[in-house]
Amino acid sequence: MKIGLFIPCYVDQFYPKVGIATYELLEKLGCEVHFPMGQTCCGQPMANSGYEHLTKGCDANFISNFAGFDYIVCPSGSCVLHVKEHLHDDKQQELANELRKKVFELTEFITDVLKIDHIEGNFPYRVGMHQSCHGQRGLKLSQMTELNAPAFSKPERLLSHIKGIDLVSLNRKDECCGFGGTFCVTEEAVSVKMGQDRIRDHQNHQVDYITGGDMSCLMHLEGILKRQKSTIKTIHIAEILNSLEN
Amino acid sequence: MSSKEQILQKIKQNQPGEVTELPDLNVLGSESFDVLKTYKKVLKSIGGDFAEVADYTQIIDFLKNSYALEKRIITTIPELSEIARLDWQNDDPHSLEDVELTIVKAHFGVAENSALWVTDALLGQRVAPFIAQYLAIIVSKKDIVATMHHAYDRIGNQEYGFGTFIAGPSKTADIEQSLVLGAHGARGLIVFLMD
Amino acid sequence: MSSEKTITHSEAATRFNQDTERVNWHDETLWFVREKRDKSAHQIQDWELLRETASKIKNNVLSNIHDYLVEFEANAQQNGIIVHWAADAKEHNEIVHAIMVKHEVKQIVKSKSMLTEECHLNEYLSQRGIDVIDSDLGERIVQLRKEPPSHIVLPAIHLKKEDVSETFHKHLGTEKGNNDPQYLTEAARLHLRDTFLTRRAALTGVNFAIAETGEFVVCTNEGNADMGAHLADVHIACMGFEKLIPQRKHLGVFLRLLARSATGQPITTFSSHFKKPRDGKEIHIVIVDNGRSTQLGREDFRNSLKCIRCGACMNTCPVYRRSGGHSYHNAVAGPIGAILAPNLDMSKNADLPFASTLCGSCTNVCPVKIDIHDQLYKWRQVLVKEGHTPATKTIAMKTMATVLANPVIFNMAGKSGRFVMKNVPALVNNKMNKWYDQREMPDVPEESFREWYKKNSRESKTDKDEQ
Repeated sequence: MKIGLFIPCYVDQFYPKVGIATYELLEKLGCEVHFPMGQTCCGQPMANSGYEHLTKGCDANFISNFAGFDYIVCPSGSCVLHVKEHLHDDKQQELANELRKKVFELTEFITDVLKIDHIEGNFPYRVGMHQSCHGQRGLKLSQMTELNAPAFSKPERLLSHIKGIDLVSLNRKDECCGFGGTFCVTEEAVSVKMGQDRIRDHQNHQVDYITGGDMSCLMHLEGILKRQKSTIKTIHIAEILNSLEN
Repeated sequence: MSSKEQILQKIKQNQPGEVTELPDLNVLGSESFDVLKTYKKVLKSIGGDFAEVADYTQIIDFLKNSYALEKRIITTIPELSEIARLDWQNDDPHSLEDVELTIVKAHFGVAENSALWVTDALLGQRVAPFIAQYLAIIVSKKDIVATMHHAYDRIGNQEYGFGTFIAGPSKTADIEQSLVLGAHGARGLIVFLMD
Repeated sequence: MSSEKTITHSEAATRFNQDTERVNWHDETLWFVREKRDKSAHQIQDWELLRETASKIKNNVLSNIHDYLVEFEANAQQNGIIVHWAADAKEHNEIVHAIMVKHEVKQIVKSKSMLTEECHLNEYLSQRGIDVIDSDLGERIVQLRKEPPSHIVLPAIHLKKEDVSETFHKHLGTEKGNNDPQYLTEAARLHLRDTFLTRRAALTGVNFAIAETGEFVVCTNEGNADMGAHLADVHIACMGFEKLIPQRKHLGVFLRLLARSATGQPITTFSSHFKKPRDGKEIHIVIVDNGRSTQLGREDFRNSLKCIRCGACMNTCPVYRRSGGHSYHNAVAGPIGAILAPNLDMSKNADLPFASTLCGSCTNVCPVKIDIHDQLYKWRQVLVKEGHTPATKTIAMKTMATVLANPVIFNMAGKSGRFVMKNVPALVNNKMNKWYDQREMPDVPEESFREWYKKNSRESKTDKDEQ
């Protein structure tokens, strides 16, 4: 199975360890993983700001980098959702549509495509799961508390098999952290307050780590935690799932 | 062109080209539960109270024990003439301002929300159940339906000038979400569930 | 209100957040309402089916609204109701005023109607010497304080009981410092009872109007709409035309959803069906457009007209809870307000669709399944295209688009200056990077992922082996 590894631009530059964990994990699970070197960004920062019409170049670049893979896997629910919902190409829309179907967030790729829900790992810490809204409500990686529907969680199913992990149940299971792309600066006051509140919920449950499927949420929370000089750390779910030494 | 014509013309121009279908309502309201038990539980939970009675005599006894009979009590039910007045129905509604208790019948009740359906035909005056300090409503146990879907099946094409569902006493939580019973309407509601 | 310069949502939210304890309280109070909604909704086995059904009914209404309006008017007139049509807010206000002039009344008691807030009716009438008293407790509180409501269902949710006590002490002569909600509510009850008994005209909103029968339904918990209407000679009911539903039986669906979504109650205390006036009295209905027919023609935003004004999207919105209703500078606040307001005035409300993280919780609680967060996204696109964004932002976006579309430039920019970090979060405000006010920057790693990959991936190792 030939996988195109799609690494969000800010992860590439600031959180290479998340990209490495994703790469190693997928290889460990038997995939043949390639990182197309020409990839840049999915275009979401512009689109969410109202400039979707400027993302044509990003879209074309995405398509030329990722056409031809069996699947495209990305350790970010948010970027995946953007591609799934907005990848366009006037010249080759059929190909764009095909790519939309092939792109998967890491945990759903593992549970739904690879059909694996038991990954060996060791992470002896108390952990809170912060699911990104795009991953959860957009990609439906786990059940949403608003709905009257059976509970499930793809990432938590994977985490539950990790040795030593103590997953806490938060008071507000799926409250947004307040990152929201450019929202984090245009609405700085509310963004930070949301982040602080999200952190408090984790603090109240005495976690060692906040994990999640989106580094953007975690980058925002990490920024606040560091400013607070908190001992709580953030870690991407790929790093926990890849916690066993090779 | 009148505003009406203008508005309707613009609507016609802007509404979608095709009319979408109405959904089937028959698939709703199939929940099964003990109707009377649910009715009582929900009523209590929204601040109302109930008493199970066999006949009007029991209602009269109950009211004698629970309300100040020297205050103004009005009803539309001849069987209660011993404790309540019947001769107010053509009065100026403002004259009901000093009513302590209004007693009326309901056509039926709804278990899922404890609402009672009343119309002009049962109210005497529209303001009667709202202006009184307290409200008592009589409903037959066999006239409790499960959900609002059953309620509207029951109402069907019933003719009325005014009808209302009443669920519990008047209430507000507008000050810091603290629930206070007796906002503008009745401060308390007692439902007589009759055999 | 309308004459004042509106400050943007983010400025207002920044002010709101200066009092952290108060923000916490506001957030918790509304979250409590959201939890009550969840509990109530989750008890209904068919909840999701009900939402779907309600959504379909409203879609049908919007696709056939012309005929339903004609049908409704004919039936209402048949019932003895007088029907008026208002193209905009001004005409709505004029109609209401003319009815009052005709009946020579100078005082009116009003129950909750967001439409009259939208039309600024109170202002209009008081300028013409008419005394308007709002009878919903929350609305009366904010009216006495000369503030607009901050929430469509809970108008005074931004106030603490101490604030209400202070207001009532000043205006109703209640005991200073007595903050007991029971005591304060009782004081309002007595004060408003006198109002109900002395007003000859009453105005109410409309929750649902039924085409098939020509009747309309008004829902309250306090009983204030009924107290006003049944004691007055003239009852004026104002409705946006989207309040129509086809048949009486459809109320079964909406009345199951409305109060549960709003406050978690199984139904409002009173759901009053007005079909005919009392003998010798009058009922007037004012059907208002005020931009709704324009919204009907915007395909992407049309279904915002399905809204039944339950307020669930506000209670669940993490931004609303932490910025307060007034920060939305619009009669309807929160996520639904943010998709309705730009239709009324794009330039004045261009900030609102951006006052969201697009988390999507609003869409999930909406009882009529309005795709609120998708419409927020779409409004952003429209507002940018119509030129309602700052030029600096557009320039930054264009630069970004150029760099991100070109892998060569991207790699150079990335290496030399960590392009993404400099440009993504700090996009709009490069000079004073707001990110850093209350957050640290991520550490800069020694190498990017792609640099690591070039050296360490199986692919690169194979390449090297082959060389």
